[in-house]
Amino acid sequence: MIMLSEMNPGEQGIVSKIDAQGELKQRLFSLGLRKGSQIKMKASSISKSTLEVEVGSTLLALRYEEAKMIQVRV
Amino acid sequence: MKEFVIALVGQPNVGKSMLINAIADARLRVGNFSGVTVEKAEVRFVAQGHSIKIVDLPGTYSLNDYTQDERVTKEFLENEPYDLIINVVDTTNLERNLFLTTQLLELDKKMIVALNMMDEAQKEGMCVDHEQLGSILGVPCVKVSAATKKGIGKLLNRAIDMFQFPHEKSKLIYSDVVEEEVAKIVLFLEEKRYKSAFTYRDIALKLLEEDVKTYHQMRDEPLWLELSLILKEALEHLYLHHESKDVSEIFAQERAAFAKGAVLETLTCKKCTSSNMTEKIDAILIHKVFGIPIFVVLMWSLFQLTFELGSIPMEWIDMFFVALGAYIKTIFGEGALGSLLADGALSGVGAVVMFLPNIVILFLGIALLETTGYMARVAFLLDGFFHRFGLHGKSFIPLVTGFGCSVPAYMSARTLKNDKDRLITLFIIGFMSCGAKLPVYVLFVGAFFPQEQAGNVLFLIYIAGALVGLIAAKFLKRFVFKGVDEPFVMEMPKYRLPSLKLIWHTVVIKAILYLQKAGTFILAASMLIWFASNYPKYPEIEAEYAQKIELAQSDEAKASLENEQAKVLLEKSFLAMIGKSTEGLFAPIGLDWKMTVALESGLAAKEVVVSTLGVLYALGAEVDEESEGLLEVIQKEIPFASAVSFIIFVMFYLPCMAASIVFAKESGSYKYLAYLFVFTTIIAWGLSFIGYRIALYM
Repeated sequence: MIMLSEMNPGEQGIVSKIDAQGELKQRLFSLGLRKGSQIKMKASSISKSTLEVEVGSTLLALRYEEAKMIQVRV
Repeated sequence: MKEFVIALVGQPNVGKSMLINAIADARLRVGNFSGVTVEKAEVRFVAQGHSIKIVDLPGTYSLNDYTQDERVTKEFLENEPYDLIINVVDTTNLERNLFLTTQLLELDKKMIVALNMMDEAQKEGMCVDHEQLGSILGVPCVKVSAATKKGIGKLLNRAIDMFQFPHEKSKLIYSDVVEEEVAKIVLFLEEKRYKSAFTYRDIALKLLEEDVKTYHQMRDEPLWLELSLILKEALEHLYLHHESKDVSEIFAQERAAFAKGAVLETLTCKKCTSSNMTEKIDAILIHKVFGIPIFVVLMWSLFQLTFELGSIPMEWIDMFFVALGAYIKTIFGEGALGSLLADGALSGVGAVVMFLPNIVILFLGIALLETTGYMARVAFLLDGFFHRFGLHGKSFIPLVTGFGCSVPAYMSARTLKNDKDRLITLFIIGFMSCGAKLPVYVLFVGAFFPQEQAGNVLFLIYIAGALVGLIAAKFLKRFVFKGVDEPFVMEMPKYRLPSLKLIWHTVVIKAILYLQKAGTFILAASMLIWFASNYPKYPEIEAEYAQKIELAQSDEAKASLENEQAKVLLEKSFLAMIGKSTEGLFAPIGLDWKMTVALESGLAAKEVVVSTLGVLYALGAEVDEESEGLLEVIQKEIPFASAVSFIIFVMFYLPCMAASIVFAKESGSYKYLAYLFVFTTIIAWGLSFIGYRIALYM
């Protein structure tokens, strides 16, 4: 189990837990990021402040802080 | 005849706008980016003897009202009258799209699912059994492709068919756990012979979803005593199974599972060569090191192009208007009417029309950025940087739109959910120089810098404006709008080649709007300014000069006397009175009353700045130069330091009237508009002062 924020580009796994609350959780949900989704780290911007991940066939951008709330089973 | 209303609903970037365009050839903007269709757009037409209205609702990922856009959609779907929903889905991303579909099914309205981007799906080797999907969802599914216009006719026919027949309730099937509990509750209601306008299944589901209204109703019933026990047990089963006590989350999971199941049963991949074009392009465009430089170079090229390419037809247009002015004077004479038309109307309108090529190129560039999907990448690249200034990566969208026009920029700030983030963004949008300010810059840069440097200076002006905006944002975040940050989660849409026709449409509409403004608002303003600069009349001064001119020996002396007369009269005009009354405020930053008036009239619309200058300087100079462009006159009459100060002031002061009103609306209060006025004026004046003093020593 690692946090999404700790994953390196190219690594993938399955989301096991999302620590987010309320609206953020709903948002992630409707974008397809939820418990059990396949997730793959694609890229990060300089200093890892923003991350690009692939969930299903959707590309998402999120911040390091949000990625820290998402637990992944590699 | 009854009008049928169709609500077009879908997630962002599914080609909704393109579809509505394909249906009715409407002039709507299509985008790959959230927030392109912020306002609901409508199309009315007649097909097969039915009059139909299609309402294009803002793209929404779900009905959870996360952003203001999504709230608009949700409110429309729940409260407005409509006959049919067309749910547009991106076939290449079916599972995520069907999540919204499951929520729409619960609205219990007539619905058609339009499987859009079928052509793309087929290219990727996907095969969808639309009939099977239709029977799973309980609503018809139609394959369409907005890009190639395939299936559009079928979709419309299907919609018209649906109008004729009564609504059949579709049934969303949940997991066994939920279905079991639903069955238990339904059985209990049946046994009690409970009477209700709703089906037992609906009541059971609503209760499990903790729908407040249903609870209120049921609580007053005698059977509540027993029902509540059954319900409690049912909920506990659900909690146990889903390892969560959050009912909204449980049902979201359920819907997601339904969507996943539906896709599993209906989608087959022959080869499933999921196109990795996007991946390849992303490897370059969001590269850690090269990403930002590439973006900067692209923006720089856009401004270079705007200036270099735009300057060619600009000269022709300028020459055309000067010639036309001279021609009009030969028809209407040198009297008041000829002067009103040539010096007032034409030179004002001409000064604005001259910049049409620049505007067109700039809007073309922005439209391209938006429709290809590159904008989202830029937000990704810049969020880390923006975040440091208290902005959100998504603030980038309204900010860049601000380079085109502040009005849509203010509106697109709605995609920012957090009020404070939105307000900060709203406050600094004006610092992103809008298209209407471009003429001022082009004119002054052209007059004071050599041609080969002009593009660079222009670029610098825009960058400087943006930088000051960022610093201002930091200031606002630190001292005014303190608070928690909005999370940054956004979709990076696939790269798509834009439809040339749509880009063309967008740009043509922009050009027409610009010309309309020039032909109406600017025309009226120019004539008003001409009047204010020609009146009141002073017959005694005119008589005095007429005498002097008569007595003058050479043509040269005559010309200089005529020039002097024009200047003296101008100094005594209404316009001069207005300008001079506020001149004191602008004197420390090196602006004379003419420039002051130009700035003040720019509060109405930024285009008026140049047209006012056109009228003012055309009057002062017409005597000794027959057909000289505005550029040369400015060069001669305005000192360099004042020009610098003027440019800086224009960069930062209050946006035009239309934009200010939209600002007040979007920020939610006129109080904020007053703040904006104070905020921008202080910054504009202060920076102009510094710029002026530095330029004096250069």
